[in-house]
Amino acid sequence: MRRDLILRIGVKLIIPFMMLFALYVQLHGDYGPGGGFQAGVIMAGAVIVYALIFGIEEAQRVVPRRLVEMLVPLGVLIYAGTGVIGLLHGQNFLDYSVLAADAAHGRERGILLVEAGVLVTVSSTMIALFYAFSERGR
Amino acid sequence: MLLTLLVTVTLAIVRMRNLFGVIALTGVYSFLMASVLIVYDAVDVAMTEAAVGAGVSTVLLLAALHLTKAREYPQPRPAAIPLIVAVGVGVALVWATYDLPAFGLAETPINQHVAPYYIQNAIKDTMVGNLVSAILADYRGYDTLGETTVVFTAGIGVLLLLKGRAPRRTSGTAPPTDGGAA
Repeated sequence: MRRDLILRIGVKLIIPFMMLFALYVQLHGDYGPGGGFQAGVIMAGAVIVYALIFGIEEAQRVVPRRLVEMLVPLGVLIYAGTGVIGLLHGQNFLDYSVLAADAAHGRERGILLVEAGVLVTVSSTMIALFYAFSERGR
Repeated sequence: MLLTLLVTVTLAIVRMRNLFGVIALTGVYSFLMASVLIVYDAVDVAMTEAAVGAGVSTVLLLAALHLTKAREYPQPRPAAIPLIVAVGVGVALVWATYDLPAFGLAETPINQHVAPYYIQNAIKDTMVGNLVSAILADYRGYDTLGETTVVFTAGIGVLLLLKGRAPRRTSGTAPPTDGGAA
Protein backbone atom coordinates (compact mmCIF):
# COMPACT_ATOMS: atom_id res chain seq x y z
CA MET A 1 0.00 0.00 0.00
CA ARG A 2 2.89 2.34 0.70
CA ARG A 3 3.93 2.50 -2.95
CA ASP A 4 0.50 3.42 -4.25
CA LEU A 5 0.92 6.90 -5.70
CA ILE A 6 -2.77 7.80 -5.66
CA LEU A 7 -3.17 6.86 -2.00
CA ARG A 8 -0.02 8.72 -0.95
CA ILE A 9 -0.93 11.93 -2.72
CA GLY A 10 -4.58 11.69 -1.75
CA VAL A 11 -3.75 11.20 1.91
CA LYS A 12 -1.27 14.06 1.87
CA LEU A 13 -4.00 16.27 0.48
CA ILE A 14 -6.69 15.19 2.89
CA ILE A 15 -4.79 15.13 6.22
CA PRO A 16 -4.47 18.93 6.67
CA PHE A 17 -8.19 19.27 6.11
CA MET A 18 -8.94 16.48 8.57
CA MET A 19 -6.90 18.23 11.25
CA LEU A 20 -8.46 21.59 10.44
CA PHE A 21 -11.92 20.03 10.62
CA ALA A 22 -11.04 18.47 13.97
CA LEU A 23 -10.07 21.90 15.30
CA TYR A 24 -13.25 23.37 13.85
CA VAL A 25 -15.35 20.71 15.56
CA GLN A 26 -13.45 21.35 18.79
CA LEU A 27 -13.62 25.13 18.85
CA HIS A 28 -17.01 25.47 17.22
CA GLY A 29 -18.49 22.94 19.63
CA ASP A 30 -19.75 25.90 21.65
CA TYR A 31 -22.05 26.98 18.85
CA GLY A 32 -22.71 23.95 16.68
CA PRO A 33 -22.62 20.19 17.01
CA GLY A 34 -19.31 18.85 18.19
CA GLY A 35 -16.95 18.94 21.10
CA GLY A 36 -13.85 17.37 22.52
CA PHE A 37 -14.88 13.77 21.99
CA GLN A 38 -15.73 14.05 18.30
CA ALA A 39 -12.77 16.32 17.58
CA GLY A 40 -10.40 13.95 19.37
CA VAL A 41 -11.55 11.03 17.27
CA ILE A 42 -11.18 12.99 14.01
CA MET A 43 -7.72 14.18 15.06
CA ALA A 44 -6.69 10.61 15.88
CA GLY A 45 -8.15 9.54 12.54
CA ALA A 46 -5.76 11.90 10.72
CA VAL A 47 -2.74 10.34 12.43
CA ILE A 48 -4.04 6.79 11.91
CA VAL A 49 -4.61 7.38 8.18
CA TYR A 50 -1.05 8.69 7.93
CA ALA A 51 0.25 5.59 9.72
CA LEU A 52 -1.80 3.28 7.47
CA ILE A 53 -0.40 4.73 4.24
CA PHE A 54 3.14 5.75 5.17
CA GLY A 55 3.89 3.08 7.74
CA ILE A 56 3.95 3.06 11.50
CA GLU A 57 7.61 4.16 11.75
CA GLU A 58 7.01 7.32 9.73
CA ALA A 59 3.97 8.14 11.86
CA GLN A 60 5.93 7.63 15.07
CA ARG A 61 8.60 10.02 13.81
CA VAL A 62 5.90 12.71 13.67
CA VAL A 63 3.88 11.63 16.72
CA PRO A 64 6.19 9.63 19.01
CA ARG A 65 4.69 6.87 21.09
CA ARG A 66 6.07 8.23 24.34
CA LEU A 67 4.43 11.59 23.70
CA VAL A 68 1.09 9.93 22.97
CA GLU A 69 1.26 7.86 26.12
CA MET A 70 2.03 10.94 28.20
CA LEU A 71 -0.92 12.79 26.67
CA VAL A 72 -3.40 10.06 27.71
CA PRO A 73 -3.37 10.99 31.43
CA LEU A 74 -2.64 14.66 30.69
CA GLY A 75 -6.14 15.21 29.29
CA VAL A 76 -7.79 13.87 32.44
CA LEU A 77 -5.46 16.07 34.47
CA ILE A 78 -6.47 19.15 32.46
CA TYR A 79 -10.13 18.35 33.10
CA ALA A 80 -9.75 17.58 36.80
CA GLY A 81 -7.32 20.49 37.24
CA THR A 82 -9.93 22.88 35.86
CA GLY A 83 -12.23 21.55 38.55
CA VAL A 84 -9.60 21.99 41.25
CA ILE A 85 -9.22 25.70 40.35
CA GLY A 86 -12.80 26.10 41.52
CA LEU A 87 -11.95 24.34 44.78
CA LEU A 88 -8.94 26.62 45.36
CA HIS A 89 -11.19 29.66 45.03
CA GLY A 90 -13.50 28.29 47.70
CA GLN A 91 -16.22 27.14 45.29
CA ASN A 92 -17.41 23.68 44.40
CA PHE A 93 -15.35 21.21 42.38
CA LEU A 94 -15.88 21.90 38.65
CA ASP A 95 -17.46 25.30 39.35
CA TYR A 96 -16.05 27.32 36.45
CA SER A 97 -17.50 30.67 37.43
CA VAL A 98 -14.25 31.67 39.16
CA LEU A 99 -12.22 31.47 35.94
CA ALA A 100 -13.11 34.98 34.80
CA ALA A 101 -14.39 38.23 36.24
CA ASP A 102 -18.07 37.39 35.81
CA ALA A 103 -19.65 33.99 36.15
CA ALA A 104 -20.93 33.52 32.60
CA HIS A 105 -17.56 34.27 31.01
CA GLY A 106 -15.90 31.97 33.51
CA ARG A 107 -18.23 29.14 32.64
CA GLU A 108 -17.63 29.67 28.94
CA ARG A 109 -13.88 29.52 29.55
CA GLY A 110 -14.25 26.44 31.76
CA ILE A 111 -16.18 24.62 29.03
CA LEU A 112 -13.38 25.40 26.55
CA LEU A 113 -10.76 24.08 29.00
CA VAL A 114 -12.50 20.84 29.85
CA GLU A 115 -13.29 20.20 26.19
CA ALA A 116 -9.57 20.59 25.50
CA GLY A 117 -8.89 17.98 28.17
CA VAL A 118 -11.38 15.60 26.56
CA LEU A 119 -9.76 16.19 23.15
CA VAL A 120 -6.28 15.39 24.47
CA THR A 121 -7.29 12.18 26.23
CA VAL A 122 -9.57 10.82 23.50
CA SER A 123 -7.23 11.48 20.58
CA SER A 124 -4.12 10.19 22.33
CA THR A 125 -5.94 7.08 23.59
CA MET A 126 -7.09 6.22 20.07
CA ILE A 127 -3.60 6.74 18.62
CA ALA A 128 -1.97 4.76 21.44
CA LEU A 129 -4.38 1.85 20.89
CA PHE A 130 -3.64 1.86 17.17
CA TYR A 131 0.11 1.90 17.80
CA ALA A 132 -0.20 -0.95 20.30
CA PHE A 133 -2.23 -3.11 17.90
CA SER A 134 0.03 -2.54 14.92
CA GLU A 135 3.26 -3.07 16.87
CA ARG A 136 1.91 -6.28 18.31
CA GLY A 137 1.15 -7.59 14.84
CA ARG A 138 4.77 -7.46 13.66
CA MET B 1 -36.76 2.56 5.65
CA LEU B 2 -33.58 3.19 7.65
CA LEU B 3 -34.69 0.71 10.28
CA THR B 4 -35.30 -1.93 7.60
CA LEU B 5 -31.76 -1.40 6.35
CA LEU B 6 -30.49 -1.65 9.94
CA VAL B 7 -32.24 -4.99 10.43
CA THR B 8 -30.89 -6.28 7.11
CA VAL B 9 -27.33 -5.31 8.00
CA THR B 10 -27.68 -6.86 11.46
CA LEU B 11 -28.88 -10.15 10.00
CA ALA B 12 -25.99 -10.11 7.51
CA ILE B 13 -23.53 -9.52 10.37
CA VAL B 14 -24.94 -12.47 12.28
CA ARG B 15 -24.93 -14.80 9.27
CA MET B 16 -21.50 -13.88 7.93
CA ARG B 17 -18.45 -15.98 8.83
CA ASN B 18 -15.82 -13.81 7.15
CA LEU B 19 -14.74 -11.41 9.89
CA PHE B 20 -13.36 -8.85 7.44
CA GLY B 21 -16.82 -8.52 5.94
CA VAL B 22 -18.35 -8.37 9.41
CA ILE B 23 -16.14 -5.39 10.31
CA ALA B 24 -17.07 -3.61 7.08
CA LEU B 25 -20.75 -4.22 7.84
CA THR B 26 -20.44 -2.89 11.40
CA GLY B 27 -19.14 0.31 9.80
CA VAL B 28 -22.22 0.36 7.57
CA TYR B 29 -24.38 -0.25 10.65
CA SER B 30 -22.80 2.73 12.42
CA PHE B 31 -23.45 5.05 9.49
CA LEU B 32 -27.07 3.89 9.32
CA MET B 33 -27.39 4.45 13.08
CA ALA B 34 -25.93 7.95 12.63
CA SER B 35 -28.58 8.64 9.97
CA VAL B 36 -31.32 7.45 12.34
CA LEU B 37 -29.97 9.79 15.04
CA ILE B 38 -29.99 12.70 12.58
CA VAL B 39 -33.65 11.92 11.85
CA TYR B 40 -34.25 12.31 15.62
CA ASP B 41 -32.38 15.69 15.54
CA ALA B 42 -29.59 14.37 17.80
CA VAL B 43 -26.79 15.83 15.69
CA ASP B 44 -24.10 15.63 18.38
CA VAL B 45 -24.74 11.95 19.01
CA ALA B 46 -24.91 11.25 15.28
CA MET B 47 -21.53 12.90 14.81
CA THR B 48 -20.01 10.79 17.57
CA GLU B 49 -21.55 7.63 16.14
CA ALA B 50 -20.16 8.37 12.67
CA ALA B 51 -16.69 9.30 13.94
CA VAL B 52 -16.29 6.61 16.60
CA GLY B 53 -18.48 3.78 15.38
CA ALA B 54 -17.79 3.97 11.67
CA GLY B 55 -14.34 5.53 11.75
CA VAL B 56 -12.01 4.66 14.58
CA SER B 57 -13.59 1.45 15.83
CA THR B 58 -13.55 0.00 12.31
CA VAL B 59 -9.83 0.72 12.07
CA LEU B 60 -9.16 -0.69 15.55
CA LEU B 61 -11.20 -3.82 14.79
CA LEU B 62 -9.22 -4.31 11.58
CA ALA B 63 -6.01 -3.91 13.56
CA ALA B 64 -7.28 -6.52 16.02
CA LEU B 65 -8.19 -8.80 13.11
CA HIS B 66 -4.58 -8.48 12.02
CA LEU B 67 -3.67 -10.35 15.23
CA THR B 68 -6.21 -13.15 14.81
CA LYS B 69 -7.69 -15.27 12.05
CA ALA B 70 -10.03 -13.78 9.48
CA ARG B 71 -12.68 -16.49 9.67
CA GLU B 72 -15.02 -17.33 12.49
CA TYR B 73 -15.22 -21.03 13.37
CA PRO B 74 -18.72 -22.39 12.76
CA GLN B 75 -20.66 -23.34 15.86
CA PRO B 76 -20.46 -27.10 16.40
CA ARG B 77 -24.16 -27.33 17.36
CA PRO B 78 -27.06 -24.88 17.38
CA ALA B 79 -27.00 -22.98 20.67
CA ALA B 80 -30.58 -23.29 21.96
CA ILE B 81 -30.28 -21.58 25.35
CA PRO B 82 -28.64 -18.36 24.06
CA LEU B 83 -31.29 -18.18 21.34
CA ILE B 84 -34.10 -18.52 23.90
CA VAL B 85 -32.50 -15.90 26.17
CA ALA B 86 -31.99 -13.46 23.28
CA VAL B 87 -35.54 -13.87 21.94
CA GLY B 88 -36.96 -13.64 25.47
CA VAL B 89 -35.10 -10.42 26.27
CA GLY B 90 -36.05 -8.99 22.89
CA VAL B 91 -39.73 -9.72 23.39
CA ALA B 92 -39.60 -8.26 26.91
CA LEU B 93 -37.97 -5.06 25.62
CA VAL B 94 -40.51 -4.64 22.82
CA TRP B 95 -43.30 -5.29 25.33
CA ALA B 96 -41.81 -2.62 27.62
CA THR B 97 -41.83 -0.02 24.83
CA TYR B 98 -45.66 -0.04 24.93
CA ASP B 99 -45.44 1.65 28.34
CA LEU B 100 -43.16 4.41 27.05
CA PRO B 101 -44.71 7.82 26.31
CA ALA B 102 -44.84 8.93 22.69
CA PHE B 103 -41.58 10.34 21.32
CA GLY B 104 -41.16 14.05 22.04
CA LEU B 105 -44.28 14.34 24.22
CA ALA B 106 -44.03 17.56 26.24
CA GLU B 107 -45.77 16.26 29.39
CA THR B 108 -43.22 13.53 30.17
CA PRO B 109 -40.99 13.95 33.24
CA ILE B 110 -37.86 14.17 31.10
CA ASN B 111 -39.23 17.27 29.40
CA GLN B 112 -40.71 18.76 32.59
CA HIS B 113 -37.89 18.46 35.12
CA VAL B 114 -34.60 20.23 34.27
CA ALA B 115 -34.92 20.55 30.49
CA PRO B 116 -36.95 23.80 30.60
CA TYR B 117 -34.38 25.30 32.99
CA TYR B 118 -31.55 24.45 30.61
CA ILE B 119 -33.40 25.83 27.60
CA GLN B 120 -34.24 29.09 29.34
CA ASN B 121 -31.00 29.71 31.22
CA ALA B 122 -28.11 27.89 29.55
CA ILE B 123 -27.13 30.64 27.12
CA LYS B 124 -27.48 33.32 29.80
CA ASP B 125 -25.51 31.25 32.34
CA THR B 126 -22.69 29.96 30.17
CA MET B 127 -22.60 32.10 27.00
CA VAL B 128 -22.37 28.88 25.01
CA GLY B 129 -24.81 28.62 22.14
CA ASN B 130 -24.88 24.84 21.84
CA LEU B 131 -27.06 23.54 24.64
CA VAL B 132 -25.58 20.08 24.33
CA SER B 133 -22.07 21.41 24.98
CA ALA B 134 -23.29 23.54 27.87
CA ILE B 135 -25.05 20.60 29.54
CA LEU B 136 -22.24 18.11 28.92
CA ALA B 137 -19.34 20.26 30.02
CA ASP B 138 -20.93 22.52 32.63
CA TYR B 139 -24.21 21.37 34.21
CA ARG B 140 -23.19 17.72 33.90
CA GLY B 141 -19.46 18.28 34.28
CA TYR B 142 -19.03 15.41 36.71
CA ASP B 143 -20.46 12.93 34.22
CA THR B 144 -18.15 14.09 31.45
CA LEU B 145 -15.17 13.92 33.80
CA GLY B 146 -16.18 10.35 34.57
CA GLU B 147 -16.55 9.64 30.85
CA THR B 148 -13.09 10.96 30.11
CA THR B 149 -11.73 8.85 32.94
CA VAL B 150 -13.46 5.81 31.45
CA VAL B 151 -11.75 6.43 28.08
CA PHE B 152 -8.45 6.89 29.92
CA THR B 153 -8.86 3.72 32.01
CA ALA B 154 -10.01 1.61 29.08
CA GLY B 155 -7.09 2.83 26.98
CA ILE B 156 -4.59 2.05 29.74
CA GLY B 157 -6.14 -1.39 30.20
CA VAL B 158 -5.88 -2.30 26.52
CA LEU B 159 -2.34 -0.94 26.36
CA LEU B 160 -1.35 -3.10 29.34
CA LEU B 161 -2.92 -6.17 27.76
CA LEU B 162 -1.33 -5.64 24.35
CA LYS B 163 2.09 -4.56 25.55
CA GLY B 164 2.27 -7.27 28.19
CA ARG B 165 4.91 -9.93 28.18
CA ALA B 166 3.54 -12.19 25.49
CA PRO B 167 6.90 -12.74 23.70
CA ARG B 168 8.62 -13.68 26.96
CA ARG B 169 5.81 -15.99 28.00
CA THR B 170 6.14 -17.99 24.78
CA SER B 171 9.91 -18.13 25.24
CA GLY B 172 9.31 -19.46 28.75
CA THR B 173 7.22 -22.42 27.61
CA ALA B 174 9.19 -23.19 24.46
CA PRO B 175 12.96 -22.96 23.88
CA PRO B 176 13.86 -19.57 22.36
CA THR B 177 14.66 -19.87 18.69
CA ASP B 178 15.24 -16.27 17.62
CA GLY B 179 18.22 -14.77 19.43
CA GLY B 180 16.05 -13.57 22.36
CA ALA B 181 14.41 -10.68 20.49
CA ALA B 182 12.06 -9.19 23.05
